Amino acid sequence: MIRLIVRRLLLGVVTIGCIYALTFVMVISLPGNPFQQGLHNIPPEAEMALRARYNMDNNWLYFTEFLAGAVRLDFGPTFTYNDWTCNQIIASALPVSLLIGLLAILIAVMVGVPIGVLSAVKRGSWFDVTSLTFVLLGISLPTFVTGSAMLIVCSVCLRIAPVGGWGTLAHLPLPALALSLPFVAYIARLTRTGMLDALGSDFVRTALAKGASRRTVVWRHALKVAFLPVLSFLGPASAQAMTGSFVVEKVFGVPGIGQHFVNAALNRDAGLIMSTVLVFSTLLVAFNLVVDVLYAWIDPRISEAV
Amino acid sequence: MGNAEWRIPNSESGGRRSLFAVRSTPWGRFLHTRITLVSVLLLVVFLVTSVITLPFSLRWYNVQELDTAVRHPPAVSPVVHLEHFVPRDVSLPASAGPHGLKPAARPSGNENTLKPATRIAHRASSWFGHDDLGRCLFYRVLPGFLVSLAIGLMAATVAVVIGATFGAVAALIGGRIDLLMMRIVDVIYGLPYILMVILLKIALTRPLTALFAGHTKYADIVILFVAIGGVSWLTMARVIRGQVLSLRSQPFVEAARAAGAGPFYILRRHVLPNLIGPIVTYATLVIPLAILQESFLSFLGIGVQQPTPSLGRLAADGVEAVNTFVGYWWLITFPCAILVLTLIALNFIGDGLRDAFDPKSSAATLV
Repeated sequence: MIRLIVRRLLLGVVTIGCIYALTFVMVISLPGNPFQQGLHNIPPEAEMALRARYNMDNNWLYFTEFLAGAVRLDFGPTFTYNDWTCNQIIASALPVSLLIGLLAILIAVMVGVPIGVLSAVKRGSWFDVTSLTFVLLGISLPTFVTGSAMLIVCSVCLRIAPVGGWGTLAHLPLPALALSLPFVAYIARLTRTGMLDALGSDFVRTALAKGASRRTVVWRHALKVAFLPVLSFLGPASAQAMTGSFVVEKVFGVPGIGQHFVNAALNRDAGLIMSTVLVFSTLLVAFNLVVDVLYAWIDPRISEAV
Repeated sequence: MGNAEWRIPNSESGGRRSLFAVRSTPWGRFLHTRITLVSVLLLVVFLVTSVITLPFSLRWYNVQELDTAVRHPPAVSPVVHLEHFVPRDVSLPASAGPHGLKPAARPSGNENTLKPATRIAHRASSWFGHDDLGRCLFYRVLPGFLVSLAIGLMAATVAVVIGATFGAVAALIGGRIDLLMMRIVDVIYGLPYILMVILLKIALTRPLTALFAGHTKYADIVILFVAIGGVSWLTMARVIRGQVLSLRSQPFVEAARAAGAGPFYILRRHVLPNLIGPIVTYATLVIPLAILQESFLSFLGIGVQQPTPSLGRLAADGVEAVNTFVGYWWLITFPCAILVLTLIALNFIGDGLRDAFDPKSSAATLV
């Protein structure tokens, strides 16, 4: 097990390094200019001075300086938010997104897995049909539509939640719910497929023949196998949910980090692009590591194979 | 749960029998389930409707009627003016309005003088209501469906070309290069999807706009689907690589090799025909993803640009209209309904294709 963790950690560090290099190449080869905003043109001398100030006149120097800073968890200045450093932006926005994302993933697992199990067990019943409809809506409706619908129903018509913003606990449930919908749908779908396979397999028949109760067989024996695909989906899904979503943040007015992924790219803000990418890929590698460890814990054959 | 009954699933109980129960071929199996048949029919109906109405919608999607039809709710009888529907060569008596935009005095148009097709088209113009500029939603949703479908199809094509080539080359070369190529796929998987699409779109804008020499409307759509397709090929590459690797070790390929067949003969005769199934399947599953992705980009304001309609663009506009004042329900309902039905149908078709070409795999099927 320890061998597995060390191996995956080393691989993860290499992957993050490659991701950084790739992002750097993309960022410096982008057309456009982070120092030129709106309609004002800045004089070439000033631009040269700015480039020199941010080490951007020498690509190799910029590459190494940013990397050295990132290792010390200092991501340097942004080019578009004048009084902010990347660290301050991440420190103010990431906790918000982590909180909403964590809640969204919890909702997705707590709702998606039971729906998947029940619709596999009661295959073809009205429950199965209803949950299928829900799943289809969840993966087909854009989040900005479901989010706005929730906002109108809960905040404007029923007045049980604030219309938007951030600060109190009451602001938390709606964005988390809106963010979780596609994940709920996908997890329900994965669980249902896994359960159908598991319920048809020999070990379930054996367990039933030995006299185990249906409840034990479904929720213990079969679900343990059916949960594995959900687990491997949860790695990337958690990283994605916890780095926020531009759409959810815009609809509900939440100051999360998702908006910075989009705005940094639109502003060609090299420092912020690379910091957000590093945050995302670190989270991704971390969650994939956790998933691998859990996987090996549920299914011991995995760690022996490595 | 106590006495809950479940049927142990097996291959025979899946899906109800349809009229087309020829199950010996993949395509027969595909049409075997009723739900895929319904999905195909639904898409065909949408496609035929939007193609038939194309002459009207091309003329109509951007015609504004600011005085009578601004945010007019859906109605059975038309509220838009008749003169837009009269062919251009038939001149109606009209004096120029105050801004020279529109006749001030309405022609006393009589619907009965129009050709039947034109009359129906005129009636249909009010069925879905009107948007904030008084444009008929009906004649924006239908071409919007075509634009979205085109973006989806082209993005899927781009993804298939890149992904299948990458995966097949990796599997055929093998060894270290294969390992390296698959590492590259892993690394790109680690980049945030939406950021990649935006960066790719920024990078492509200048060269492609130059290529289209000023036709920004088309360049815009091309940039969109190349950017979306350029990010969606990763899964395809993995699937194709796996398929080629497993095909290469199949007994019939070994037999062909033993019989003296060259590598290109084997590729053309044995490998490629067996790849068509997974390629078609995953391409079908990329289409709904690409359409959804386009709607997010439209919401960000960097998708299809006004006045070109797409389902995502219309849904995003509708959400804005509904957010300011509750009440303009038709602006969100009709585009979203068509969007959802299209995506659901495409998902069902993709799953049907997967079941048809690979009856054993049931990974993440819907039904």
